Amino acid sequence: MDFTTFLIQMLNALQYGLLLFLVAIGLTLVFGIMGIINLAHGSFYMLGAYMAFVLTGMTGNLMLTIAIGIPLAFVFGALLEALLFSHLYKRDHLEQVLLTYGLILIFEELRSLAVGDDVHGVPVPEIFAMSIPLSDTLSYPVYRLVISGVCLLLAVGLYFLIQRTRLGMVIRAGSHDRDMVQALGIDINRLYRTVFAIGVVLAALAGMLAAPISSVYPGMGGSVLIISFVIVVIGGIGSVWGALVAALVIGFADTFGKVFVPEMAGLMVYLVMALVLLWRPEGIFRKG
Amino acid sequence: MNPAITATFKLAVLASLAAFPFYGSEFYAEVVAKILILAIFAMSLDLLVGFTGLVSFGHAAYFGIAAYMAVMLSPDFAAANLWVVLPASMLVSAIAAFVIGLFVLRTKGIYFIMVTLAFSQMAYYIFHDTKLGGGSDGIYLDFRPDATIAGFTPFSFNETLHLYFFVLALMVLVYVFLTLLLRSPFGRVLVGIRSNEHRMQSLGYATFRYKLAAFTIAGALAGLAGFMYAVLFGFVTPEYLSWHKSGDVLLMVILGGMGNLAGAVAGAFVFIGLQELFSDWTKHWQLLMGGVIVLVVLFMPGGLAALPGRVVGFFRKEGKNG
Repeated sequence: MDFTTFLIQMLNALQYGLLLFLVAIGLTLVFGIMGIINLAHGSFYMLGAYMAFVLTGMTGNLMLTIAIGIPLAFVFGALLEALLFSHLYKRDHLEQVLLTYGLILIFEELRSLAVGDDVHGVPVPEIFAMSIPLSDTLSYPVYRLVISGVCLLLAVGLYFLIQRTRLGMVIRAGSHDRDMVQALGIDINRLYRTVFAIGVVLAALAGMLAAPISSVYPGMGGSVLIISFVIVVIGGIGSVWGALVAALVIGFADTFGKVFVPEMAGLMVYLVMALVLLWRPEGIFRKG
Repeated sequence: MNPAITATFKLAVLASLAAFPFYGSEFYAEVVAKILILAIFAMSLDLLVGFTGLVSFGHAAYFGIAAYMAVMLSPDFAAANLWVVLPASMLVSAIAAFVIGLFVLRTKGIYFIMVTLAFSQMAYYIFHDTKLGGGSDGIYLDFRPDATIAGFTPFSFNETLHLYFFVLALMVLVYVFLTLLLRSPFGRVLVGIRSNEHRMQSLGYATFRYKLAAFTIAGALAGLAGFMYAVLFGFVTPEYLSWHKSGDVLLMVILGGMGNLAGAVAGAFVFIGLQELFSDWTKHWQLLMGGVIVLVVLFMPGGLAALPGRVVGFFRKEGKNG
């Protein structure tokens, strides 16, 4: 492999890993803080991608779509938490798995009723629809760099939100000791609702960003869900930084797995997970 | 519930299952045979989830591995001998469960759920990405196994009726086997582990070994179900090992009520029954299925097995008030 190809694969791995990170944040926060296993989280990614398809069809502009999509996803997430997930906090994991599995079926069928089962594409926004030439024959699409950039910005933004703001402080406290936070007079229900909605927004945003590069297709939520779970578990449940590290590890394992051992590519991610968990059964960044 | 009533009810169900193929069409006999196979699958998972407290989200791996073995251990242009391939396929699933169990049983809780999932995904991709078993297209079983033993052929799988009764007999056997297993000292230890593993350890039980044994037995029985599934439908695809399949069987167990073997059987009937019913009505049957699942979780904790007790309790309460 020459250097240019290697560079391209590195950039691809980075972009894929960062995108997975966006999806995984919601999962890890919702599990770490509220103790809920949400199998339907992949559906939010899928809904985001379909939203990008439908809204871009109407507005003709992906960025406008994202501007409209974010508040929509936030409201959707808050409603979902209020109507369904708030009933799950005291239930055991098995019932959560069951209910959210039912939700996957419902979301997939609603999607099928609304837009059908065809595979769709979303055009790359015009200003980013170009490539940077790397050698005589190879070039790299700008849009992929934009995705990586947006994800990195969001990661920095999240760092400030979690480390430097009052909301972040409460989130951190909540992931340590839920009851204590409540005892200190903090409205835990509002916190849960906000965190859940933020998770939905980030997953939907990942779906919207990914729509132009990976076509929009039925069942796209399922594969992302399982990979995100792998990331959450490798990183250590509830740890945002663990999720970031794990997402990058998985991004690289998957991308380079496809390059070097194509016939075993699907296995790579799970192999990495099994190895990490044998080394650290509670994930890399699990706090005591 | 009165044990005599429960036993009578179970026998009545068994009798109607035995009479069913003589009245229903061949198509429905196959549907019921499929349900009975999945009932075996659900009971095998219930041994882990309901009795030992191990929530495996990758049980389809052992189902699928034996299904693939049913095809791969058979010669290409002839039928294999049932009495050889069936135990051999179950053995491969049992070995897979034993080896995977060595790893996954080190983890607990949510990590156990995810690691079992990860290993089953690995098995899925081994069959999906390599040419081992026909890749993502799957592979056909051209000849159903032959039941000849010592020159005598007691039944033939080419007759739907024979296949049906063989599956029914297997289901009853597995039910009886697991019931006896759970009544044995071994089974009591498993239930003890579910309630309080630390206490069992301090009583001197090497709980890891018990859990590994349970995991292996459950894998072998899931393999039995997978093998018969391949024989019934005549083909195997990687989807047999997918996480959807693991999710479906978990649903059957929970629908029926965990820790109740008859409940697992009822769960299989209700799950496939609803699936058949809804898919008759509409192409979008999963919407209804999802709705039912959500409602069951929200309003019916304990599953179907808890329903009779709850109904009785409801009327007792009414009676007292009235």
